[in-house]
Amino acid sequence: MPLDTNFTNQKFKQVGTRPLRPDGVDKVTGRAKYGADYNAPGQLIALVLRSPHAHAKIKKIDTSKAEKLPGVKAIITSADLPDLTGGDRGMRDMLENCMARKKVLYDGHAVAAVAAIDQTTARKALKLIQVDYEILPHVTDVDEALKPSAPVIHNDIFTEGVEPKPTKPSNNNKRASFGHGDIAQGFKDADIIVEHTYKTEQTHQGYIEPHACVANVSPDGQGELWVCTQGHFVYRNQCAALLGMDISKLRVTASEIGGGFGGKTHIWAEPLALALSRKANRPVKLTMSREEVFRCSGPTSSTSIDMKIGAKRDGTITAAHGVLRYHGGAFPATWAEFGAMTAFACYDLKNVKSESIEVIVNRPKTAAYRAPSAPMAAFAVESAVDELAKKIGMDPVELRIKNAAKQGTQSSYGPVYGPIGIGATLEAAKNHPHMKAPLGKNQGRGMACGFWFNFGGQTCADLNVTPDGTVTLAVGTIDVGGSRASIGLMAAEELGIPYENVRVVVADTSSLGHNDMTDGSRGTFSTGLATIAAARNAIKVLCARAAKMWDIPEDAVIWEDGHAKPAGTNAGNFPPLSIKEIAAAAGNTGGPIAGHNELVADGAGVSFATHICDIEVDPETGRSTVKRYTVIQDAGKAIHPSYVEGQYQGGAAQGIGWALNEEYIYGKDGRLQNAGFLDYRIPVCSDLPFIDTMILEIPNPNHPYGVRGVGETSIVPPLAAIANAMSNAVGVRMTHIPMSPPRVLKAISNRKH
Amino acid sequence: MSGVHVSTTINGDAVEFICNADEPLLDVLRNRLGMTGSKEGCGTGDCGACSVTVNGRLVCSCLVLGAEVQGAKVETIEGMAKGDKLHPLQKNFISHAALQCGICTPGFLIAAKVLLDKNPNPSEEEIRFGLAGNLCRCTGYDKIVRAVQATAKEMRGA
Repeated sequence: MPLDTNFTNQKFKQVGTRPLRPDGVDKVTGRAKYGADYNAPGQLIALVLRSPHAHAKIKKIDTSKAEKLPGVKAIITSADLPDLTGGDRGMRDMLENCMARKKVLYDGHAVAAVAAIDQTTARKALKLIQVDYEILPHVTDVDEALKPSAPVIHNDIFTEGVEPKPTKPSNNNKRASFGHGDIAQGFKDADIIVEHTYKTEQTHQGYIEPHACVANVSPDGQGELWVCTQGHFVYRNQCAALLGMDISKLRVTASEIGGGFGGKTHIWAEPLALALSRKANRPVKLTMSREEVFRCSGPTSSTSIDMKIGAKRDGTITAAHGVLRYHGGAFPATWAEFGAMTAFACYDLKNVKSESIEVIVNRPKTAAYRAPSAPMAAFAVESAVDELAKKIGMDPVELRIKNAAKQGTQSSYGPVYGPIGIGATLEAAKNHPHMKAPLGKNQGRGMACGFWFNFGGQTCADLNVTPDGTVTLAVGTIDVGGSRASIGLMAAEELGIPYENVRVVVADTSSLGHNDMTDGSRGTFSTGLATIAAARNAIKVLCARAAKMWDIPEDAVIWEDGHAKPAGTNAGNFPPLSIKEIAAAAGNTGGPIAGHNELVADGAGVSFATHICDIEVDPETGRSTVKRYTVIQDAGKAIHPSYVEGQYQGGAAQGIGWALNEEYIYGKDGRLQNAGFLDYRIPVCSDLPFIDTMILEIPNPNHPYGVRGVGETSIVPPLAAIANAMSNAVGVRMTHIPMSPPRVLKAISNRKH
Repeated sequence: MSGVHVSTTINGDAVEFICNADEPLLDVLRNRLGMTGSKEGCGTGDCGACSVTVNGRLVCSCLVLGAEVQGAKVETIEGMAKGDKLHPLQKNFISHAALQCGICTPGFLIAAKVLLDKNPNPSEEEIRFGLAGNLCRCTGYDKIVRAVQATAKEMRGA
């Protein structure tokens, strides 16, 4: 029976409490098994040979010497991965990204892989593989790649979305446009206009766990894959397609995941491990080094954004126009489109246009990074809005409140909003004690807003009542930050049993139906929906069994507080039957008791946040320190508030790193120069203050509990919030992220002269 | 390569192993001894996920050679709980939601224990600097610092 997903405003007994997470003890004792913690008997160790060039033709690969090295069991090149993608460009790009075919497209692009009896042998074998390259001109900068003089990376890419269709290939694979109204008129009506070009550098998700997998493929076409991933079903489907396997014959087990943030939504080396295993007929373990993670997994886009916003003197925004250029790395993508869609989503605008330009460069294939593409767009919009407020002489929070989107607003990307939280987060910011706290010398306060769509997608849950009345719940989304606890809470709430009596596990791909990638902040939202439905289905069975035990009609039984009860005095006078009693009798009343659900989780509620931050800038060095930080975000309903706070804090910390430090640095040779945590510096404990959080709950009307996704929005505001604080602290308007000490120092010195 | 024979003590147990001369202690623990609680996040001493103590000193086990721990006393995350009794830090990391993905947690626990052994009453700043060698990408460190503060208070009271 389909779930009624309408919000019901029910009173909760367990949802909203903070029980201990079920995987806690395993994770504090070192017992939890992550990607690299699993070993198969007889396994080989795989290593990947990677291109040292940003762009080159592969003239020849000679593996003969390496093959002769004792202990080498298999070597693969693209010749071992025939193109089975049947004209599907996305899948072909994925295949080519996993292993270069005729050309290498970025520094770190895989060209061959080796499986050997140990790491030392595999390393020696890599050195014996000879690759003849013909080096081609390269381009790594998002703006340079669009110039007519830039080398064209793919000769079969013609810009989509322009009429007439171009006849020449280029590095711009797509253009799109969003918005409504008449921006020309809107800018005419404006009293004040702010216009800048903003740039953001490429960052990496920076998960602490490198990609790792163990592949085991047999000659009979069956295979197993143990892997750290945000979506083992999607990995299964994609790997099977690329390797020509039946999907049903590849069983993928997701390890505990050591961070993903979007970076483990794409397959990288897994098809290589599977192909090596198939060739060697042995299990193969493949673990990326940290350097490989930086050079050849999927960091985010670097961007270049033209932003123009106009307003009346009373603060009403009359027009907004953005042109957003994002690179997708070495393959066509649509990351700029996401940026263009999210850019103005916080505001109720009469005249708005956002245009996206997708760019291809010689850098690794861009992957999602937490609210992908939104932080950069928000940096441009929220910086410009802040500057507008300053020019008008209006409080930046008031200006935002005046223009904030509300229920009924037509969003800049199309849909008309239902109940949303942007106004509430702004009001909360305005009244927050943080706003009134005194500031010291060289300190400044900034604020900014952020938006993310959130996502639902295909989801299943299997709930089984065990013979003692406790419950197992198999889910197909990955637990990236405590979702087993929140999902267990929802099952316990529905069934009316203690949280401790529900055991939630992430099932392997042979034990549950397909589940989409765990992305779009969908874990607790969509698996929560499937869980509520599965629990309600199980309750129907439990009631039917009680009816049988009492010999009364099924509809004469209701479920309350973990017990079946007669619906009324007419139904009969029976003492309540507990789940334990019904479970114990199951063998005599119809067999095992379960509830299942498979659904497409529509109706993910959009998410908004407002952040406030205080920074201190050292005018001598340009170094900035975050002194105080407050996150205010709408959760819809916080199922487990501790892990909601954790999402708010973690996203803010990543945003702070992006704003102040983190960037990919490419040399003129097109090689990545800082592929390690020493030179790509993410925030450490002593870089940050406590991050205060405020959870607002504006229910999502499309979820029975009101849940919205909470995982991503928190990374959206920090870039602009810090830039705005910087402007207030030292009077410089930074338009290039990261605001690293040299850039800030230069800006301060330019201000002085 | 001929192996190096090493006799050492790990979490109070006498252990013998043979390793390559250039083999990091982390690889010995994980690949030879099956102790996968210490994690490899970088292999270059930048992330602290592989933190252990050698003769009471906090080290990145990826930067120590297996051959170096001959005759030493090594403590890893696997030895932190005593029987079924979790160390107060372990208990408080769970109750304060100080972990999300948990990959950095073993390293943080080891580093925090060393910190509290040396300084039972650290200030917030001392905690933040004491743990600055350990990277966490999930939590923003907020709940980690709070868990360490709560543990310090609890252990001083005990």
